Amino acid sequence: MDQLLLLTWARGTGLNLALSIFVLGVIWRLIEIYSLGRKQDLSAPRDVPGASGWHTIFRRSVPPPGMLKASPVSYIGGYVFHVGLAVVIFLFAPHIELIKNLLGLSWPGLPSQMVDFITVVTMAAMVVVLIDRITKPVKRFLSTFGDWFTWTLTFLPLLTGWLAVHHLLLPYTLMLALHILSVELLLICLPFTKLFHAFTVFGSRWYNGAVNGHKGVPV
Amino acid sequence: MSKSTSKAAGSVAASLHAAGISRREFLGFCATLAAAYSLPASAAQAIAAALEKAARPSVIWMSFQECTGCTESLTRSHTPTVEGLILETISLDYHHTLQAASGEAAEKAREQAMHDNYGKYLLVVDGSIPLGNPGFSTIAGVSNLEMLKETAKGAAAIIAVGTCATYGGLPAALPNPTGAVGVNQLIKDKPVVNVPGCPPIPVVITGVLAHFLTFGKLPELDALGRPKVFYGESIHDRCYRRPFYDQGKFAKTFDDAGARDGWCLFELGCKGPVTNNACATTKWNGGVSFPIQSGHGCIGCSEPNFWDAGGFYKALSAPAQPLKVGAGVAAAAAAVGVAVSFSNRGKKGAAKAAHETTTLDDLEP
Amino acid sequence: MSASLDKGVRVLKEVIDAPIASYFNSCVHCGLCAEACLFYTETGDPKYTPIHKLEPLRRLYNQEYTLLGRLAKMVGLSKPVTDAELAEWQELVYNSCTLCGRCSVVCPVGNDIVYMVRKFREGMSASGHAPDGLKGAVTRTVNIGSPMGIKLPAVKAQMKHVEADYGIEIPLDLEGAEYLVMLSSMEIINFPEYLGAIAKIMRHAGKTWTLCSEAFEATNAGMQIGNSDLARVIVKRIVDGAEKLKVKTVISPECGHAYTALRWEGANLVGKPFTFKVQHIIEVLEEFRLAGLLKTEGMETDRLTFHDPCQLARRGGVIQPQRNLMAMIAKDFHEMPDAGFMNWCCGGGGGASAIEEGEELRLEAFKKKKSQLDAVKPKRLVTACANCRIVIEEGLEHYQMNLPVVGLTETIAEHIPDPVGKD
Repeated sequence: MDQLLLLTWARGTGLNLALSIFVLGVIWRLIEIYSLGRKQDLSAPRDVPGASGWHTIFRRSVPPPGMLKASPVSYIGGYVFHVGLAVVIFLFAPHIELIKNLLGLSWPGLPSQMVDFITVVTMAAMVVVLIDRITKPVKRFLSTFGDWFTWTLTFLPLLTGWLAVHHLLLPYTLMLALHILSVELLLICLPFTKLFHAFTVFGSRWYNGAVNGHKGVPV
Repeated sequence: MSKSTSKAAGSVAASLHAAGISRREFLGFCATLAAAYSLPASAAQAIAAALEKAARPSVIWMSFQECTGCTESLTRSHTPTVEGLILETISLDYHHTLQAASGEAAEKAREQAMHDNYGKYLLVVDGSIPLGNPGFSTIAGVSNLEMLKETAKGAAAIIAVGTCATYGGLPAALPNPTGAVGVNQLIKDKPVVNVPGCPPIPVVITGVLAHFLTFGKLPELDALGRPKVFYGESIHDRCYRRPFYDQGKFAKTFDDAGARDGWCLFELGCKGPVTNNACATTKWNGGVSFPIQSGHGCIGCSEPNFWDAGGFYKALSAPAQPLKVGAGVAAAAAAVGVAVSFSNRGKKGAAKAAHETTTLDDLEP
Repeated sequence: MSASLDKGVRVLKEVIDAPIASYFNSCVHCGLCAEACLFYTETGDPKYTPIHKLEPLRRLYNQEYTLLGRLAKMVGLSKPVTDAELAEWQELVYNSCTLCGRCSVVCPVGNDIVYMVRKFREGMSASGHAPDGLKGAVTRTVNIGSPMGIKLPAVKAQMKHVEADYGIEIPLDLEGAEYLVMLSSMEIINFPEYLGAIAKIMRHAGKTWTLCSEAFEATNAGMQIGNSDLARVIVKRIVDGAEKLKVKTVISPECGHAYTALRWEGANLVGKPFTFKVQHIIEVLEEFRLAGLLKTEGMETDRLTFHDPCQLARRGGVIQPQRNLMAMIAKDFHEMPDAGFMNWCCGGGGGASAIEEGEELRLEAFKKKKSQLDAVKPKRLVTACANCRIVIEEGLEHYQMNLPVVGLTETIAEHIPDPVGKD
């Protein structure tokens, strides 16, 4: 297939397909998970300020005492790669243009050299956390096919996007098409892999905060 | 140009001289070509020497499903420049638009040229060839396909001019009613140079001709059959507005402050990033301007399938089609979700109903 | 599938809820929970990673409650949970988990792992995969009334001793008393000074209180083994006793799990909110202090530190009161590293101390407490959980450390002046 046609397919039919599966998957999985419900807690609550599900949603983004020292690579690597990913996805002008087209929302972007730099830093952080996963006995022990697979799914859009911008390896048009296709693969897989934590993390933190907040423990 | 057809074959230099082109102008042209082909400055002398000696080749120009825009571009816009005159220095033996002869006389001229220069003439094609009903486009009752095959047989090389002749062009736009294709999809046994563009840049075609005359062979081509020297880089990479892209400064409409300040046209649908052509460097109309400089984004006219690439005014990162994700998907998702949750709750309820109170005996397996 | 496994699976299907589903879907295998677990930090064995202890539960959740999991099970891509697997997991779910909840407060995606371990134990116990030590404790509690096999006469004997030693009458089955005081077996057998301290403090504060002949044992091995049906039987005695004696407040003794069983699980086990209040003795003392009913004299001058029982502090929400109380009586008080909310478990909570075959691992895990103690080098260690006390004493003995461990309540009581006019 011609490169431009592949790109157009990725921007058209491919995007349609991927977004459809993504939206379908997210709604279905969210219903599947949260419709299981939970029992009401009949014990008398202890009210303590700062102990609630909502507090935990935010508070858990900060390492609990002693944990940063216990696993610096997880935290620093994790921060850099999550924040970097967010910046690259949401503050690169062409991406904002896509979001504007999809949702009608738009905001100012960052200069592309800065996004370029952050992309490199993000990829480096991802490589570091991958090495950490390979070398740390616990992470290695816990790792399944899904962990390697989702790492790849997340890394590919960064890599192809970066290669496209720098005209490396393949012609820009083809690389851009691959970049968009890799994002589409990511979207399709997200609801059905551990990447779904992007959605459930809020519910999980909330439940944890609510269950413990009931006891007056701000977790 | 009918006079050229009647002119006796002579050297390029002679006809240039006859046309009043000074030696200085001629060497200037040769230096431009040398630069375009990334040759050292000294090569300009060699090109000049070769061109001066070169015999005027016979050229047959065939027009199929086309709009004559390519011819307009190549002839009118460049008179009286050297590039234009180079066109005159070839022996243009057949060209619908430019030849005076018509009907049987015209076809006779073509046959004569083919016969006289068999194996040596250059075939230039503009327009796409319909593979559907042969009657979609005929010349003197002969289908385009048949005429192309017949004429290509004795050609030394073929130059496909314009996006129609290279990739099918607008006639091939979906749903491609005539089954239009480009030359290199039909002719596999002859060297075919693609000079895409709608229309292509005149200097590119003259550059290709000059290369052929100078070195006796076609210039180096890329994977799409295009001369690398002209199509090696994207418009975006050579665009004078590129710094605005890098700074994230974009015109949002064609009449906003950003547009007036010459900011990047990416968000207005510019296809510069995916278009490989020399517009941003050679520019048009004798170096006056090119579309982006005039305030309009590149539409990617020299790329295959540019007509079906999602709309000229849609940013490259925007969806190429209106999205159909909506009520249908949400409803399907909700249906799946509700079905699963219904089943889950049923299962959980059944487990609860079947609950047997644990006794101490149950603690043992 | 054996009948017992079938039952266990059914119980698990019952207890899997939205939080568990959300947690399993959120886990990214980062392994940070391991860093929070003393069984991992002290052994370095990745199998003690908290989330791994739930692997069979995760698979069962996937197979039963997700569409793709059901399909995977149908085509044989996902192995069903077996008896052999659960037997293998027994060590992970019981011996190497004290339900201390440290993993739940560090998980970056917010998974309440200990919540899931507690639920997983429901299925483990129902399918017969609980450790013998805990089975014995539950059986004795249900049949005899206490995990250590203590009956009312033993309690009465201790009451007599205490009455003689302290010269204070110990009320039994006093209807309408404000407080119903519960005990743990450990206190009845090993630490009778607790009962004396209560008597002294109540007299000092001018409060009415009582023991209950039908419900004196506060510990709940049913909850530790993770079986709600049996835990209900045990907690019901206390509820009945409290209702019968019409007390306002039931006081949980210095025992972490007794507090959790009564304060947080009790109402849920019996299926209705309590008509009375439940407080840990430390909360009661703090209330007395704030109300000016607790006036101590003199200070301890030796170097002291406090071990926070997990169920009282991190899992119970009582963190500051014990410090306020220590400040009343301790001149030279020093906190251990990570004390309070992030305190490390003694290594024997959650029923682990009742598991004989887990002793070696428990002592290995005690190295964490040892390192905390080494950082402070106290002359005495104060705590507020009889089980912590016993486990720590065992650990100290094993590592040949000479460090007395005392209860906070009795230490406070020692500083309560005798009433004027009494001989």
